[in-house]
Amino acid sequence: MHIPDGYLSPQTYIPLFGAFAATAAVAVKKVKEKVSARNIPYLGMAGAFSFIIMMFNLPVPGGTTGHAVGGAVIAILLGPWAATIAVAVALVIQAFIFGDGGITALGANCFNMAVFMPFTAYFIFRLFRVTPQNKSRASFAGFVSGYFSLVMTAILTAAEFGIQPLIASSPDGRALYCPYDLSVAVPAMALEHLLVFGIVEGLITMIVVNYFLKNEPELIYAISNGKATDNK
Amino acid sequence: MQLVMAKRLIINKLQKRILIVLLVLCFLTPAGVLLPALFDTGDAWGEWSAQTMNEMVGYVPRGLAKYSDKWKAPVPDYTINSKDHSLVHRSGYYVVSGVLGATVTYVALLLISGFIIKNE
Repeated sequence: MHIPDGYLSPQTYIPLFGAFAATAAVAVKKVKEKVSARNIPYLGMAGAFSFIIMMFNLPVPGGTTGHAVGGAVIAILLGPWAATIAVAVALVIQAFIFGDGGITALGANCFNMAVFMPFTAYFIFRLFRVTPQNKSRASFAGFVSGYFSLVMTAILTAAEFGIQPLIASSPDGRALYCPYDLSVAVPAMALEHLLVFGIVEGLITMIVVNYFLKNEPELIYAISNGKATDNK
Repeated sequence: MQLVMAKRLIINKLQKRILIVLLVLCFLTPAGVLLPALFDTGDAWGEWSAQTMNEMVGYVPRGLAKYSDKWKAPVPDYTINSKDHSLVHRSGYYVVSGVLGATVTYVALLLISGFIIKNE
């Protein structure tokens, strides 16, 4: 899901970079207001977790690979704003040091995996109105949130790939950037995430949410909605 | 001031446990090399090199040709030697990359959030 350089036109990556930068600026403000200094180590661990999870490439039928992101569980535990910062830092390091994801596409990748995914996951999880007492509901909500947030993020990424032939083609009809249109990109990416990677993201989310519910339930932002940290 | 900063970095038992889990996960990352190799799968969708793209559609899109190699990452694709196809070596590079990347991410986030967050 890490879009490389040369796949997106400037008409696509510049607005996405702007959208990410604007969200990141708000995220800094929100984290300053809502996150207590006690949670600083968790933020670091969340970013490291996302970094490592994205290294677990899994094969899918059809000859491609993919991976989970960890963005859903981070949004549930630390809140979507903190998740934006944690996942974005992991993506920046992946792009600059490891060449995973392009530099021109960094804004797009951050918007997809560090903004869209955590917020989608958070809102889905909140729909279930989970209470600390109801562990099975928390598990279910965690799975659904991880599963659908990753699948929806994959579809968004595929849409960014798929609009390229419409935006930028040379006069001879050859694409300048990603050559595959929506009818190819969306089914391909949606299917592999629906069948494999979404399930992995769902399971990871479920397991980690369960663990925290057992060990430090007041930490879970999506359940306490930051109250515990506000009151210290 | 320094004392305040130092105090913030003291981690509790749960956090220590999480760090250990993260380290264990780093040593399991070779699964991310071995599983795709076992099933002989290629790149992730949309992450093909210019050369692979040429094989797939018969040409290299101009934008891809122009931008794909602009940035020279110090450790491209989590490996130190991309010509080394030995699965054992690649797994080793992968673990080192995982530990390195996760550590840099962790430290960067401690610094950034330490800078942002002021309320104790």
